[in-house]
Amino acid sequence: MKLNKILKNAFLVVLACLALSACATSKKSSGQMQGDVYTGTDTVEYLASGVPDRVFFATNESVLTTASRETLRKQAAWLRKNSKVTIVLEGHADERGTREYNLALGERRANAAKDYLMTYGISSDRISVLSYGKERPVDSGSNPLAWSKNRRSVTVKAN
Amino acid sequence: MKRFLYIIFFVFWPIYAWSLIEVDITRGNLNPLPIAVSPLSIDEESRKKFEQILNKKNIGSEISVIVEKNLKTSGLFNPLDKDAFLQAPDIANLKPRFEDWNLIKAQALITGKVNLIDEKMRVEFRLWDILAGKEMMALAFTTVPTNWRRVGHIITDKVYERLTGEKGYFDTRIIYVAEDGPKTKRIKKLAIMDQDGENNKFLTLGNELVLTPRFNPTSQMVTYLSYFRNLPRVYLLDIETGMQEVVGDFPGMTFAPRFSPNGKKIIMSFAKDGNSDIYTMDLENRVVEKITNHPSIDTSPSYSPDGKYICFNSDRSGYQQIYIMKSDGTNVKRISFGKGLYGTPVWSPRGDLIAFTKLHKGKFYIGVMRIDGSGERLLTENFYQEAPSWSPNGRVLIFYRETKTDDKGEGFSAKLWSIDLTGYNERLVNTPTDASDPSWSSLLSN
Repeated sequence: MKLNKILKNAFLVVLACLALSACATSKKSSGQMQGDVYTGTDTVEYLASGVPDRVFFATNESVLTTASRETLRKQAAWLRKNSKVTIVLEGHADERGTREYNLALGERRANAAKDYLMTYGISSDRISVLSYGKERPVDSGSNPLAWSKNRRSVTVKAN
Repeated sequence: MKRFLYIIFFVFWPIYAWSLIEVDITRGNLNPLPIAVSPLSIDEESRKKFEQILNKKNIGSEISVIVEKNLKTSGLFNPLDKDAFLQAPDIANLKPRFEDWNLIKAQALITGKVNLIDEKMRVEFRLWDILAGKEMMALAFTTVPTNWRRVGHIITDKVYERLTGEKGYFDTRIIYVAEDGPKTKRIKKLAIMDQDGENNKFLTLGNELVLTPRFNPTSQMVTYLSYFRNLPRVYLLDIETGMQEVVGDFPGMTFAPRFSPNGKKIIMSFAKDGNSDIYTMDLENRVVEKITNHPSIDTSPSYSPDGKYICFNSDRSGYQQIYIMKSDGTNVKRISFGKGLYGTPVWSPRGDLIAFTKLHKGKFYIGVMRIDGSGERLLTENFYQEAPSWSPNGRVLIFYRETKTDDKGEGFSAKLWSIDLTGYNERLVNTPTDASDPSWSSLLSN
C-alpha cells in the first residue's frame, strides 16, 4: 500500500519533470527567453568578434541581468582597447506601453547600460544616450518573443 | 486661423423662445432625434458664380450635406432621407408646411439660404420645431466663399447648442501624426485636418520622427516632440507661418509637452541621467521651473482648465499610476487605485474628469475618472489604444488604436477613433493615411 503510494508519487514527480522540461524546451525552441528576457541571438549584431551590441530587459524593467552585465563588460573591454571610439546607447521599449512612458523607460534602460560601462572605466564623454521608446522595434511581431527582442539597449558606434 | 475670423453673426432670437425640443447628451442616445436638413436654397446667379469660384455645382446642397454628416456623427440626431422631402428649399425656408414635415416623422427642420454678395458668401439658416410649429432659431452670417465647409460646421454647432444646451465641437480641427511604412521603420509626419477628416494637410516632410502634437488654447500653435538631428526635443510650430523653434536649451531629451491653459507656458518631461521629471518653461521670459523632483519616471503632465493643478503619470509606487499635484509641484496625491497600469492622464475642459489609458491583463482601455480618482469608468477595450484627447465641449474623446500583427509580423495599422463620454457612439475617424497621437483644437469660431 505504502510502496504503491510512493510509486504513485514518484510517477507524478516524473510526470511533472517531463512537463517542465517540455515547457523549457518548447520555450527554448520557440525563441530563447528566460522569464520574459530575451536570451537568443537572432537580432544581435557584433561590435567586434565576441562583443555583442545589445542587452535585453524584462517587461517594465531597466535592471541589467547577469547576461547583460557580461555583455557590457565585453563592450567595456573593447572600448578600452579602442579608445577613440565614441558610442550612442539607444534605449527601446516594446509596444505594450503608452508612448510617453516608453520614451522615459527607453531612456532609463540606456542609462542603466551607460552607468555600468562607466563603472568599468569608460568615460561619460564617450557615451551619449538616445531613447526611441517604442518607435523603432526590431521585430514587428505582436507576441511575447517579439516584445522581448524589442526591450533592449543597443550600443552603436558614433564615429 | 485669424484670416477666417471675419465671420459676422447676426442673431435674431425669437423673443418668446420657451424650451421646445431638447436633446439629452448625458446619456447614451438610443433614439436619435429625427431631423430634416433641407438643402440651402440658392438663386441661379449665385449658384453659377459659386460654381466658378469653388467648382461645386450646388454649394447650397454641399453645405447641407456637411451639416447632415456632422449631425449623424454626433450620434444624437438621425438626419432623414432628402428624397422624402415634399417642400422645395426656398419655400421651406420662408414658412415650412409643418404637416408635410410631420408626415415624414421629422421633429426638427433646418432650412436656409446662401447667396453671393460683393464676393462674399452670405448664409442664413433657421431651425424649426415641427411638432410645436415654431421657429427655434434664425441666424445669418457672411464669410469668404472658400470657407464654405466651415459654414456647414458653424451651422451644426449652432443647432447642436440650441438643442442640447451645450456648445458644439464641429468647427474644429485635429492635429495628429500621419504614419506610413513598415512598423520597424515607420515614417511619421505632423498632419492637420478638419474634425470630419476633410482639408487634410501635412505639416512636416517625414525626414525625422515626430510625436505627440498638441494645440495651444487658440489652436494657432502646436507643441510636439521631434527627433531633428537625432536630438529628441520639444518644439513649437506656428501653423500659419510654418515657423518652428526648439523649446528651451536642455542637455537631454525633452518630451510629453502640453500648453498651460493660458497658452503662456509649456509643461513637459526632461530626462536627466535616465530620470524623467516634469518641468515648465515660460514662453515669454524663457524661465524654466522644475516641478517634480523624484527618482521615478514622471511624465504626461496635463493642467486643470483653471491652471491650478496638474495631473501626471508616475511610477513612484513601482508601477505607472496617475497623480495630481498643485501647479507648483506641492501636494502630490495618487488618484488611480484600480487594478492595472494607468497612463496618459488628460484633464477634461469642463474640469471635473480625467481621461486616461489603462493596461490590465493584456488589454488597453480608454476611461475616465473624477479628479479625486472616484467613479472610474472604462469606455472602450482593445488590443492596443491610448492617448485620449477631449473635444472642446468635453463630450467626446478622440484617441488612436493599433492592430495586432499576424505571425509574420504583418497587418499592422494605426487609426484614429472617437467615442462619446457616455461610452456610446464609437467611430473610426477617417484619415488619408495611418494615424496616431490626435489632439483636438478649441472651437475656431468663438
